[in-house]
Amino acid sequence: MEGIYSLMDVLLPFPSLQFSFMKNAFLAILLLTPLLGLLGTMAVNQQMAFFSDALGHSALTGIGLGMILGVGNDLVSMLVFGVIWAVLIGLIKHTGSASADTVISVFSSTSVAAGLLILSRGGGFAKYSSLLIGDILAVTPQDILYLLLALIAGTVLWMLLYNGLLLTSINASLAHSRSIPTRLYEIAFSILVAVAVMLAIRWVGVMLINALLILPAASARNLSRNARQHAVLSVLFALVSGMAGLFSSYAWNTSAGAAIILYAAMIYAVSLLLRRKVRG
Amino acid sequence: MRPHHCELCHIDLKHVSVSRGGQEVLQDVSMHIHCSQLTVLIGQNGAGKTTLIRALLGEIPYTGSIRHQDGKGKPVGHLRIGYVPQHLAFDQDMPVTVQDFMAAAFTRRPVWTGVSRKVRAEILEALKVVHAPEVIDRPLGRCSGGELQRVLLALALRPSPDLLVLDEPVSGIDQNGLKMFLDTVNELRTGRHIAILLVSHDLRFVREYADHVVLLDKTVLIQGAPDPVFESEAFARVFGTGVE
Repeated sequence: MEGIYSLMDVLLPFPSLQFSFMKNAFLAILLLTPLLGLLGTMAVNQQMAFFSDALGHSALTGIGLGMILGVGNDLVSMLVFGVIWAVLIGLIKHTGSASADTVISVFSSTSVAAGLLILSRGGGFAKYSSLLIGDILAVTPQDILYLLLALIAGTVLWMLLYNGLLLTSINASLAHSRSIPTRLYEIAFSILVAVAVMLAIRWVGVMLINALLILPAASARNLSRNARQHAVLSVLFALVSGMAGLFSSYAWNTSAGAAIILYAAMIYAVSLLLRRKVRG
Repeated sequence: MRPHHCELCHIDLKHVSVSRGGQEVLQDVSMHIHCSQLTVLIGQNGAGKTTLIRALLGEIPYTGSIRHQDGKGKPVGHLRIGYVPQHLAFDQDMPVTVQDFMAAAFTRRPVWTGVSRKVRAEILEALKVVHAPEVIDRPLGRCSGGELQRVLLALALRPSPDLLVLDEPVSGIDQNGLKMFLDTVNELRTGRHIAILLVSHDLRFVREYADHVVLLDKTVLIQGAPDPVFESEAFARVFGTGVE
């Protein structure tokens, strides 16, 4: 870690980056935003914004249940619960008994309510409020190692899944006729989104995490004509918003998550204005 | 070019039934789909045409058997089906071009990392077969209904299928588009040894193009050459007279 820090001192000689908590935050954003940008393209194409929002909310329940069961590590309980929740929503959506957004809404509100119920026991929710708005300065060197592993694993999985998911999102029967296990692909994608969201949630916050997944991809979509442009721009927008938000929040002494999302929203606004010019 | 022995091969459906929610939506369907022939499935909405296709594709469970056989009734390996869906209910705004879409089906390399020159050439080749090379760089949402049908057909023909299943669109394609599409299908029938099953929602062209017509209403009411089927009592019962 020391080696990376000194390398950063040479390459990025900004006054704000001399603190190691800023270095950690910088590295975390550098590692995580590209993955969120990539996953976001498919989430937007498949109109899954509401789904990922519900996943983010499930973090509250995850932590609450982890506390009850005595799991020492919040991240582990969030991850496990998030993945279970993602698979459940996916399975129930497919039974087709109610429309998808109703199903997701039920899951979303249930998980928020259950999470709040557990975490507010004895009037102690205040100590969890950082979960809602995030705390980017809480990144530890160990977190960065996890993020690096997640980025590598996530990107590899994403490479393997992408084409099949694209076909599935256009027509599931067609994908099926070309021997793509569509259900398996969809569930794997949900799990991947769940993992990426849970890794980011402590720094960006439950309230804003979904925006970091959706906004860059939505902006990129306004300015792209093909899948490659969509992916490249989405990653770029996620990274730029993340960096700009981090440095601004340092200068303004505000929540980093909020600053990041406001930058992403600004990019979205500009992309809307340019949309006509680019897409014709 | 494949060897000619497949000329007599066929897909043999025997007593195929499908139940949904305790009700039989498809009952005891038996038919042959022959190679180098255009078999057309007709019937009213809800007659089970799409259900039969989904059973053929292996998407839903069915009873009975679907076998791929040669002229002597011996099984011929795995049945490779090329499928052209009725419509694509995708998000029109999606930044995915025809090339992206087809490359996603042809290669393992993730499309967002780009498409190699070799694959692009292959896609162009496939699009030429259906007379639509000009749409290669067009976003899917910008293609007309007829153009999308062609793209889907080009996709279904690679790798070369034993059975081509075409679910003709109910709407969204103008007469010219439909005629062009069916002309292309007709070329394939004579040019390649493929069995073609067309689900038609539009009887105007059926008589002109079909080799074999199957009239479906939960089960097979009548099947055979177009003329006898169109003049049958069952046909009149389902479609009324005066349709022609």
